[in-house]
Amino acid sequence: MTIKIEVDMTKCQHYGQCVFEAPDIFRLNADDKLEYTAEADDSELANVEAAIDVCPMQAISLVK
Amino acid sequence: MTKPVIIVGASMGGLRAAEALRRFGYAGPITVIGEERHAPYNRPPLSKEVLAAEVSHEAVAFPQRDSTADVNWLLGTKIESADLEHSTVTDSQGETHAYGTLIIATGLRPKRLEVANGELAGRHAVRTLDDAIALRKELQPGAKVVVLGAGFIGCEVAATARKLGCEVTVVAPGIHPIVRPLGIDLAKELQRRHEAMGVKFFMKTQVTDLVGSTRVQGVVLDDGTVLECDVLIEAIGSNVNDEWLEGNDLDLSNGVLTDNDMRALKTGGEAWPNVFAIGDVARFANPLFDGEPRRVEHWNIPTDTAKRVAQVFTGQAEGQFAPIPSFWSDQYDMHILAYGLLALADEVKLIAGELQDECVFGYYREGKMVGVCGIGMRTTVMGYRKEFELK
Repeated sequence: MTIKIEVDMTKCQHYGQCVFEAPDIFRLNADDKLEYTAEADDSELANVEAAIDVCPMQAISLVK
Repeated sequence: MTKPVIIVGASMGGLRAAEALRRFGYAGPITVIGEERHAPYNRPPLSKEVLAAEVSHEAVAFPQRDSTADVNWLLGTKIESADLEHSTVTDSQGETHAYGTLIIATGLRPKRLEVANGELAGRHAVRTLDDAIALRKELQPGAKVVVLGAGFIGCEVAATARKLGCEVTVVAPGIHPIVRPLGIDLAKELQRRHEAMGVKFFMKTQVTDLVGSTRVQGVVLDDGTVLECDVLIEAIGSNVNDEWLEGNDLDLSNGVLTDNDMRALKTGGEAWPNVFAIGDVARFANPLFDGEPRRVEHWNIPTDTAKRVAQVFTGQAEGQFAPIPSFWSDQYDMHILAYGLLALADEVKLIAGELQDECVFGYYREGKMVGVCGIGMRTTVMGYRKEFELK
């Protein structure tokens, strides 16, 4: 099973808090901008949910 | 019937506590009781996006998770008192609610200016969604806005109002905005950047009275100067919502004193077995720094403390609880990001970048890093986060 992740880039301010919770999904690039993997194994679910919780802009969601 | 876990306070902390209890396997009844009529929402946008555009509750509401669909939400309900000996709380309608476990998450409310001529329209604070919506209507281009207080909220609101075309003046007692915890150099630079955007500052200044008969028209400063004012925004700090707990055996000298498991402590130092406190209202020692209990008004604390409570409650807590404080602030095109407790520092120095451009400051106490803060340079700031992990 896979999960689908979406970041609303109109909200994202690239704070990178998600990077610490789900480092295999989220990262900041050389310009300090967020990049992410939109599809992942559901073993990442707990990490992604933690990332959703810590996003200051509440920009991350799971696509159902 | 099993008595529920009752969470008093239906903001982020209350929500996160309910979610964490479910995540760690508690399947019993949960009731969340909150004074605000809105379901939990994210407060940081209130000083920025919500003021700058028509933003609805839906846009800032936290998503509802399936795991908490059976949580009983009593919104618009204010708890007036608690009887911890008998494990009950009583609301403003006089109804008493019995709990098995109580989680205190009542947070803060803004302090307000106390002056003789205070009963005037046009005075605002920014804590709730309703506060922000009421203020938004008044932030018209050309409006003369006076912001009292130069902390994070004051500075963010000043920046937002300026971007909306208001004439903005900040009045505050400190020497520079956010000087605690940022330190003099960074605070001075922050003021310079605000001034470059056209914000005026009256620092080391108090307001002694207001001018106006039904609506505020001016503020009187302590040197007698009168500033014209159409809209007054009071961002002068917060009070803890803990009065409802008075009369119980709790240390409420500055919020609810807890142990490292977030259990509320009796005045004798013994923990109440079934009472926890989380978020802004909780005062606890963080072993990352020292044994001194502190309230930490950072956005990550409700989530971190709620998780700890759920772990303790379900018998899954391991090791010491040592959350890494973090905060951020957006003002104009400045993105400020920080980790640690900057205010503990006895030494602050520039460690990367240029003061007038993107920069990172390190905060040290007796030579040990206790905080890091940057304007921009995120990756550099984030690289220091590991300094604050419990070794």
